[in-house]
Amino acid sequence: MSSTIISLPDQTTARLPRKSYLNQEYGLKSWLLTGDHKRIAILYLISITFFFIIGGILAGLIRMELLTPAADLMATDTYNKVFSMHGIIMIFLFLVPSVPATIGNFLIPLMVGARDLAFPKINLLSWYLYVIGGIFILAAMVLGGVDTGWTFTTPLSTHYLNTHVVTAAMGIFIAGFASIFTGLNFIVTVHRMRCPGMTWFRLPLFVWGHYATSIIMILGTPVLAITLVLVAMERLFDIGVFDPTKGGDPLLFQHLFWFYSHPAVYIMILPGMAVISEVISTFSRKRVFGYTAVAFSSVAIAVFGFLVWEHHMFIMGVSQYSALVFSLLTMLVAVPSAIKIFNWAMTMYQGSITFETPMLYAFGFFGLFTIGGLTGVFLATMGMDIHLTETYFVVAHFHFVMVGGMLMAYLAGIHFWWPKMTGRMYPEAISKLAAVVTFIGFIVTFFPQFLLGYLGMPRRYAAYPADFQVLNVFSTAGASILGIGYLLPLFYLPWSLIYGKIAGDNPWQATGLEWQIQSPPLTENFVEIPIMDHEAYDYEWLANKTQHEVQTVG
Amino acid sequence: MDSQAYASATDTLPAEHGHPPFLRHHFESVSQQREAANFGMWVFLLTEVMFFGGMFCAYLIFRNWYHPAFVAGSNTLDITLGTTNTAVLIASSFTMAMSVYAAEIRRRGMLMFFLACTIVLGFVFLGIKGVEYHQKFVDHHVPGPSFSIEEFVHPSNPKALALTPDMAEKTQLYFSLYFLMTGMHALHMIIGISLLFFLLWRAYQGAYTEGHVMPIENFGLYWHFVDIIWIFLFPLLYLISRYR
Repeated sequence: MSSTIISLPDQTTARLPRKSYLNQEYGLKSWLLTGDHKRIAILYLISITFFFIIGGILAGLIRMELLTPAADLMATDTYNKVFSMHGIIMIFLFLVPSVPATIGNFLIPLMVGARDLAFPKINLLSWYLYVIGGIFILAAMVLGGVDTGWTFTTPLSTHYLNTHVVTAAMGIFIAGFASIFTGLNFIVTVHRMRCPGMTWFRLPLFVWGHYATSIIMILGTPVLAITLVLVAMERLFDIGVFDPTKGGDPLLFQHLFWFYSHPAVYIMILPGMAVISEVISTFSRKRVFGYTAVAFSSVAIAVFGFLVWEHHMFIMGVSQYSALVFSLLTMLVAVPSAIKIFNWAMTMYQGSITFETPMLYAFGFFGLFTIGGLTGVFLATMGMDIHLTETYFVVAHFHFVMVGGMLMAYLAGIHFWWPKMTGRMYPEAISKLAAVVTFIGFIVTFFPQFLLGYLGMPRRYAAYPADFQVLNVFSTAGASILGIGYLLPLFYLPWSLIYGKIAGDNPWQATGLEWQIQSPPLTENFVEIPIMDHEAYDYEWLANKTQHEVQTVG
Repeated sequence: MDSQAYASATDTLPAEHGHPPFLRHHFESVSQQREAANFGMWVFLLTEVMFFGGMFCAYLIFRNWYHPAFVAGSNTLDITLGTTNTAVLIASSFTMAMSVYAAEIRRRGMLMFFLACTIVLGFVFLGIKGVEYHQKFVDHHVPGPSFSIEEFVHPSNPKALALTPDMAEKTQLYFSLYFLMTGMHALHMIIGISLLFFLLWRAYQGAYTEGHVMPIENFGLYWHFVDIIWIFLFPLLYLISRYR
């Protein structure tokens, strides 16, 4: 059936295919009105990179301000605006869409053996909503900023501030629908568009991870949407739902907000885990150990994720007994996360490990996510939480998970699938360097923040006691190393578009369906819809197939 | 078209005629396309449930805390108009269901008639809602600077219970939720009616009576969902302790 597809490991003989999704049509219009999931993924990739740069510059400003104990670089209210915009942009415009809307969008139809996502127009609409949401948030920033923090805590956001809260909330509301539509598209595609023979347990774990993410996207995001509508209504019409002077309840806001925003951190990590499963398996040349356990642990994280939101409110006057329950449930999330980590470790055990760039990023993910996850268990413990909440310990914890975990996984994924997306290899030596620099920079930036938080430095202040300066200098120095680590791919990846080696169909000798077609793929993905006749990560099948093809050709 | 046409309707898109024009390129078959669209709509409605869920949650908490205020606020609503509106909306759900049926048996005229009926009933609902909103403005029961608790502290109706000024203040929260929930519902109605105009125009062109029933079916799901939201809103907002 597939004997026409040739995959040779030798890249010297590989040539770029004559026809692909990149040269099917030309011109701006063919991109802006496309229904092709691969092109939409590229559009997303460009736009999230843009917002990542803005968020990164803001992060740099924060670290520069914190170099000295006094608030000397900027006024304190400017500092409030800077860290608020950093949070809003990084979370809603970068982390939430990062892997799902780019890599996921590109790969899910390829992995399930479909020609496109179920609703291409809704997919395109999702990108436009994202861009419109982004414009609203940028407008809020340019017009004078928001200084509520990314959490929009009431009554601060509703009654005490005269900044552009409504504009930013509108932006997040609109971008939220982009995320809902992405999730909806993934769920329907996975349910209804799988190719013949592609049973649920033959799906790559990448798809399982994104399926779990999509569940959170469609169930959580609308709650955030209505919460932000309520905040806007409160500001515009003074409706009183969150206003204690009228009988309303600010804590209700916290409940509604964290009902989305806690599961949202799993939107920001599950796709990263999904990428790591693929990378680890490919570069260990072994089937992922405990496939079923890893698949269900993704779903378990999504389900548990909805039952833990109150741990953000332990110090806000919630009932002690409910806090006890939520504390326990929060610790439970560590179980499926540990299942993943241990299974990946077992996958590598006795595997033929090679150290390509994506694998280096995956190793980085391992270490950083484990630290981030374990400190999450500290914070779930009520006694510890009261001491550590609203300190730099929390900042360090979620940066280890979000930046150390998700961003590492995102870069692992971008490097891993770069040959599939563009048809060309990234430069190997410098990208390895970037992976190492990123890891070192990250540790130096954020590890001191655990110590700072433990010593009691509160988050969200421009000034701090002089005792904390040494650790803050370390952190700022690390941030500049980290910045270089992120800048490198920004240069060498575009460079590789023209000067990179031609990748060939399957440069990693990976087993996924996406690697069995040409790179970059055709607009319609498959010439003929494939039939899945083997398990996922079946390297023996690949070896047989390759051998057979070489004989056929030769 | 006769009843035989209906019986064979699902079989009249055979593969031997090649692909019907409405089959999108990335689907393998009409049934796959139909199932995907249908499933997608249900998933979307799930997000809508969560969207309204936030407001229902707020309602639940405040009703529990300020029950007397909620009873007093609820009793000022016009139950006749509310009941009429419920009947209008259920009738519109019926005409929508008939539209789906008409599309399935491929009768263009019947489809257009029932879609038009649904539009008219939708406008009737919004009209009645407008009258009710107007009444609230006249009574100073709209949350904001002009809100007046006078009616609740010194009720003009001798049978109504007088509230303490403190509790009477909380009626404002009731009316906030009333406007928010019915307003969000009305917004969904307005979106629905706009879509109905589009469907009516496409139905006039004969787009849905050649076997491509899916858009009508999916819109029907949306319309029934909006109807069901009202079925919950009506008792929660209008019928609190009416028997007293």
